[in-house]
Amino acid sequence: MHAAVKEPAVPRGSGLGALGRLSNNVTFLGLLFMLPAAALLLVFLTYPLGLGMWLGLTDTKIGRSGEFIGLENYQALWDDDVFWLSVRTTILYTSVASFFKFVLGLWLALLLNQNIAFKSFMRAILLLPWIVPTTLSAIAFWWIYDSQFSIISWALTKMGLIHGYIDFLGDGWNARWSVIAANVWRGIPFVAISLLAGLQTISPSLYEAATIDGASPWQNFRFITYPLLTPIIAIVMTFSVLFTFTDFQLIYVITRGGPVNYTHLMATLSFQRAIPGGNLAEGAAIAMAMVPFLIGAILISFFGLQRRAWQQGSKD
Amino acid sequence: MVHHTRRKFIKSSTAAAAVSAAAGPLIWVKDANAQWNNQVEKGAKLRVLRWKRFVAGDETVYLENVKKFSEKYGVEVKVDSESWEDVRPKAAVAANVGSGPDIILSTNDDANLYPAKLLDVTDVADYLGKKYGGWYPVCEQYLKPDGKKWIGIPLGAAGNCIVYRESQVKAAGFATFPKTTDEFLKMMKALKEKGTPGGFALGHATGDQAWAFWLVWAFGGKMVDNNNKVVINSPETVKALEYVKELYQTFVPGTLSWLDPNNNKAFLDGQCSVTANGISVYYAAKNATDPKIKELAADIQHANFPIGPAGVPTEFNLFFNQMVFKYTKYPKAAKEFLRFMMEEEQYGPWMQASIGYTCQPLRAYEKNPIWTVDPKHTPYRNAMNVMRPTGYSGKMGSGSAATMADFVMLDMVAEAASGQKTPAEAAARAAQRATRNYKA
Repeated sequence: MHAAVKEPAVPRGSGLGALGRLSNNVTFLGLLFMLPAAALLLVFLTYPLGLGMWLGLTDTKIGRSGEFIGLENYQALWDDDVFWLSVRTTILYTSVASFFKFVLGLWLALLLNQNIAFKSFMRAILLLPWIVPTTLSAIAFWWIYDSQFSIISWALTKMGLIHGYIDFLGDGWNARWSVIAANVWRGIPFVAISLLAGLQTISPSLYEAATIDGASPWQNFRFITYPLLTPIIAIVMTFSVLFTFTDFQLIYVITRGGPVNYTHLMATLSFQRAIPGGNLAEGAAIAMAMVPFLIGAILISFFGLQRRAWQQGSKD
Repeated sequence: MVHHTRRKFIKSSTAAAAVSAAAGPLIWVKDANAQWNNQVEKGAKLRVLRWKRFVAGDETVYLENVKKFSEKYGVEVKVDSESWEDVRPKAAVAANVGSGPDIILSTNDDANLYPAKLLDVTDVADYLGKKYGGWYPVCEQYLKPDGKKWIGIPLGAAGNCIVYRESQVKAAGFATFPKTTDEFLKMMKALKEKGTPGGFALGHATGDQAWAFWLVWAFGGKMVDNNNKVVINSPETVKALEYVKELYQTFVPGTLSWLDPNNNKAFLDGQCSVTANGISVYYAAKNATDPKIKELAADIQHANFPIGPAGVPTEFNLFFNQMVFKYTKYPKAAKEFLRFMMEEEQYGPWMQASIGYTCQPLRAYEKNPIWTVDPKHTPYRNAMNVMRPTGYSGKMGSGSAATMADFVMLDMVAEAASGQKTPAEAAARAAQRATRNYKA
């Protein structure tokens, strides 16, 4: 105690007391300062993830703690075609929606990076779909796609283009495209604003030099914008894919996984089985089955996109 | 303006309630051999979690009754409410972790998911049953699973009836609403021909999927037998699915996407002549400010579901239970609370304020004036008398809960109706899915 109180007065490196030595030990201090972050990660990430993994290996039901049953849940899921349907839908949903979010988002970002009138106002407006709570925008889409009151059907009928209302959510494939469109609408701002931020870090002098050398706008994009933007694209698209893959609210509000499970994503199916259905273990197993896909998505973007970008950078 | 009229209605209904309360218990026979002895714990406090009201009057009178209880017994009661579909997960968590509200008002077979965590309330149930003419059979099927012990007190059920446009059904050539499934199909075809089709939800509508259960049961099909063996893949089911295939041709377009609110919206907009719903459509029309919708109210009629080859009513309604969890520190206060709330002085006015949304679980309450004050309410009086539990005819539990949550019955009906699968294929697939749920 005494030594510890006196400690600050002792000159650095004088080697007095264990505590004093420790406080000069870089390794110890490093560990000490990491402790809060590590504790947070442990409590809020590792523990739930571990618990989820464990639950997936048991037969836990609501109101009954389960026993270890190995991979039985996964075996059952293997033979469950609703599960496979949800896997296929999730992959389709993620890939199509991410593709459109990327293309449209990049396009918007490039447009907003130009000198246009009301630039900041436009940028603010762009963020709206992202700011509106998902559930609210989902309800709006639910009305837009309504079988009786759809504004789209109404407008098209009034224009004389169609004669019956479109069955947006009653037909399996229509329903899938409809929810994908809703997801794209919601996700574009995130991609566009992030890419816009990336665009603004590219030095204008590069474009000036290229233009003097006679580069066309396409060449400007292909050889300056695209390579320098790639690291940002990798990060943004990784996030975008993760968000899309784990989407829940849109589906839950618009279709609840219907019609006949056509729009069930793995996340919604996991919830349906675990909570209303009471089968916690199976729900956890479905959630765990999402993990390999997510890790795959992360690996692809980090090792594929980023490394090439850095290699290109280092070549210069 | 909506509020104005609604408030007016509540005022009049609570006034009526006050009158009946002042007149004293009308139903209670003094010499009934019902005995009740209970001493509430000193300093007891209760937390109640219930589903959020479907109609405003319900909550007002419920909370008034709670206040009366607090004043009489000196027990502080805190009531929280959640959307009915959110109560299930919360109750499940409470059961799992062993702490939470002392009393939870939940739905369907929730109590059967964790019977071991619930307080035995046999004394309350016996007392109430004796005093008020007995519980309907479905109450015991849900809450007296072993035939001896009550694991909860039934609160009632949200009745589901056929809601139809009288003028349109008449115009289609039917003076009264069909009583059999054959006649019903004829009527639906006639309505379609007249350009005023009906429709029933075929999307993942948690509440409005009830009609799919009615349909399959009406033809003698059922998910499981008395021993929880999956028997849905039967000739009876296939008959039901062949029937629905024909019936679906008469529907309003888009029913495959319908969730719980869709049929209400379509009906109130005049786009749907026949559907199945709680009494809420009628009240929405009656209290509407739009004169066109208000006019509709006069044309709305209700009927119980038609009877099929099974020969008996086969309805399915949203069942409400009241569970006391074993972890409660004040089991006696909790029991007293349930008893108090179910006594006529409290339950009667509450039923009236719920404007027919909640059907009574005790036979004596059939006499409640809410069922006769407007003849259009009357069909909802039978809801609990004619209904079957979700896992009919097996035992309720994780199998029935999982099968219903997974929309196995509804998906089967939707697949057959839309022609995505033949009736035989749809039945076989439902059997496969249900077997998974009942296996564990």
